[in-house]
Amino acid sequence: MSDQSGPLLETRDLNKTFGAVTAADNINVTVVPGEIVGIIGANGAGKTTFVNMVTGYLKPTSGTVFLRGQNITALAPRQITKLGMSRSFQVPQVFLTQTAFENLLEAAGIADAMNGISALKPLHRKPLLDKVDAILKRYRIDEYRDQETSTLPQGIRKLLDIAMAMVSDPDVLLLDEPTSGISVEEKFSLMDVVMEALQEEDVTVLFIEHDMEIVERYTTRVLAFYEGRIIADAPPEIALNDPEVREFVIGDHKVGQHQAHGDR
Amino acid sequence: MDFNTALTILIDGLEFSSYLFIVSVGLTLVFGVMKILNVAHANFYAWGAYMAAWLIGRWTNMGFSEGSTFLMIAVATIVVGLVLGYLVERCVLRYMYERDEVVTVLATFALFLILEDAILLIFGVDPYFADQPMFALGSIDIGGITRTVYGLTMIAVAIVVGIGLWLLLTKTTWGRLLIAVIHDREMSISMGINVKRVYIVTFILGAMLGALGGAYVAPTISVAPGFAVDVVVLSFAVVAIGGMGSIPGAIIGALIVGIARAIAVHNFPQVELFVVFAVMAIVLVFKPEGLFAPERSRKI
Amino acid sequence: MNSSRDWTVPGLTIGLIAAIILGMLVPDWVLSVITISFARALAVIGLLVLWRAGLVSFGHALYYGLGAYTVALLGKYWGVHDVMLLIPAALIVSTVCGFLLGFILRKYREIFFAMLSLAFSMILYGILVKTESLGSTDGFNVGAPTFFGFKFEDVQDNKIAFFSFLCVLGYIAALLVHYYLRSTLGHLTTAIRDNEIRVEYLGYSVAKAIHIKYTMSAALAGVAGACLALTLSQVDPDSMVNWTASGELVFVTILSGTGNVAAPFIGSMIFDLLRTYAFEWAPHAWQLIVGAFLLLIIFFLPGGVWSVIARIFGARRKL
Repeated sequence: MSDQSGPLLETRDLNKTFGAVTAADNINVTVVPGEIVGIIGANGAGKTTFVNMVTGYLKPTSGTVFLRGQNITALAPRQITKLGMSRSFQVPQVFLTQTAFENLLEAAGIADAMNGISALKPLHRKPLLDKVDAILKRYRIDEYRDQETSTLPQGIRKLLDIAMAMVSDPDVLLLDEPTSGISVEEKFSLMDVVMEALQEEDVTVLFIEHDMEIVERYTTRVLAFYEGRIIADAPPEIALNDPEVREFVIGDHKVGQHQAHGDR
Repeated sequence: MDFNTALTILIDGLEFSSYLFIVSVGLTLVFGVMKILNVAHANFYAWGAYMAAWLIGRWTNMGFSEGSTFLMIAVATIVVGLVLGYLVERCVLRYMYERDEVVTVLATFALFLILEDAILLIFGVDPYFADQPMFALGSIDIGGITRTVYGLTMIAVAIVVGIGLWLLLTKTTWGRLLIAVIHDREMSISMGINVKRVYIVTFILGAMLGALGGAYVAPTISVAPGFAVDVVVLSFAVVAIGGMGSIPGAIIGALIVGIARAIAVHNFPQVELFVVFAVMAIVLVFKPEGLFAPERSRKI
Repeated sequence: MNSSRDWTVPGLTIGLIAAIILGMLVPDWVLSVITISFARALAVIGLLVLWRAGLVSFGHALYYGLGAYTVALLGKYWGVHDVMLLIPAALIVSTVCGFLLGFILRKYREIFFAMLSLAFSMILYGILVKTESLGSTDGFNVGAPTFFGFKFEDVQDNKIAFFSFLCVLGYIAALLVHYYLRSTLGHLTTAIRDNEIRVEYLGYSVAKAIHIKYTMSAALAGVAGACLALTLSQVDPDSMVNWTASGELVFVTILSGTGNVAAPFIGSMIFDLLRTYAFEWAPHAWQLIVGAFLLLIIFFLPGGVWSVIARIFGARRKL
């Protein structure tokens, strides 16, 4: 279905102001299929605002968002999901009183209802159950299948959150700080699982990240945000050595050193 | 509509608003601080009225003057607020703080049923009349219409309650603690505020305000079983219109409900209740949190 | 989870047959009580659906009243007494009203949802108590129903017939809601309560899901009110439309438990037995007994009667 020739995701002159604060200042980004884009920037630089605007949670003050050439600026998150763009959250948004399995099953049911099949079919039906078990395996969380998600460790919840975003088989996935709240030792193993799974599913990824080592290792391109503007848009080895990026984003630390910025 | 009717409506409305305010401000205070929508608040009102009527009767029988019966209104307010408020909070509500808001509402509904019948068991089914305080003050001529002075003092009492609460909340340490808890409960706990203690004091204060409303109204009505049922929903309407948890909201809500009802009673008696709830629905449709919803801290 | 077999459908079927047979055997007063219970249970099924999504309406007496007064007015002014006309009429009136108000209420949650639904129900109450042609505070009588134009000579037989009709109605309603709750849409209950943002991002409109649930519950409460009017042979605003009637419905919901569509029937019967005996035993303190019972349920049995039944039968079914 996707139009392979043109850009997948495009923003044109995207602006967002909250009162006197400018959270997005003329953001122009074009993403083509297959890219893995790292979004970096200090807290308050406008990264999450960007993700929120692109996925319909926030409406830009001005500017346009295109998905496969279609203007989606005014659409609601659920409509954008239907068009093939999904997201994860910095704080995992899961159904806390239900098990990991039930979380994914409901996601699968909705995704299925979205494709024109009635939402009134029984949820517990074979194709959905199989699909969910396959997803649990792909994200290596099958051992937590029947555990209530409120009791799951943060890393597992993060994986579940991403897995839920992927149930609808999107073409574009935005990850909001997939490794925040995860210990340094676990970050890489988590990202390995995520990236392996995402590659299997052939999805274009944009992700917000504070850890420059992770950005360096997993991305093909970096967008550096500073005060609502994009100050660098280049492959990681170039962007991360850009003097402006080093001053305003990395804080003049050496590339790869862990950031002092706490995650709220 | 001639001048006299307009004046009557205005005074009726203000008197009605006054006692609605006294009752509702207790309800809104409890909701603001404890996040409990207390259906049993009407019971404090009913108990206050019964207690006041009973005490006034005993007091006059003992030979005291009519003028001194005002003391009994105060006694009824304090006794009902302290005893009933304390018992309700300690025996039931403190176990509900971790529960869902709506389940807590249901628990207060259970309390409402219990306390309604407890009145019948203690005070019996016959109505009480205790109009001595009203006679003590006589009546007065305002612009050609005769009003009881007692009714007018209700307006004064409401103003005193309003100013008193305002001073309490803005000028005392305890009041600032309270506002901190209304604004952000989690933050207050982490700052070391003893929220449990704030709760019980608030609840007793709220109960006293409910009881005061009832005790002060008692001399003007016949205190009979079931008379408080309407007060539940009327005070709900007041706090919903004004914004749940907001004290200025309770003033505006009470004025809107009181005057709207007075206009309806004098001109279109068949829409008396309808008007109140139609106003409530309209306000909620356009301002879901009410006119003066207290600002809450962002949770995301 | 659901590895154990779901016994809801056979259970309901057995229950239907048992109830109809029992209806023919029990004394008059018991039949009246159970008829009232089952009529109310229809409304409680609707509240169950809302409850699972975290929504509690303190104003469903609105639809109760609409259903009841539709029946009463059709009988009084147009001489319609047949259940085949009355019940569909009540269903249509309450469904349309629920659908329309749903556009407003679907934006509200928690206490604000409860308050706005209360306001709407009190508007109807305010109209009814002050309107002479609608019976004012006393309400008015409702004639005995006919079935497809047929009416039993014996009053008691007619009551048994109505009870059987109600049982079938309840059976159908319970089955439909049961299948609904098993569907994807029906499962969007706990999910909505837990996390609306996620539901939106998964691709479903929370507002739409709530609107559907609300309309369903309105329809059920309307039919319940119609059946109640036919059972009591009268309608009046205080016992059917006032906020206390809404409170009673919510009470029976928590007493029943929201674990299964069969729960409201059981919970509603327990409620009426409790009330009947409490009234017999202490006419001036029956509310006190009922209130104390409600508190005990809230404290010690938050899952309602159904949680006990589910434990006894060992099957922890979420459906």
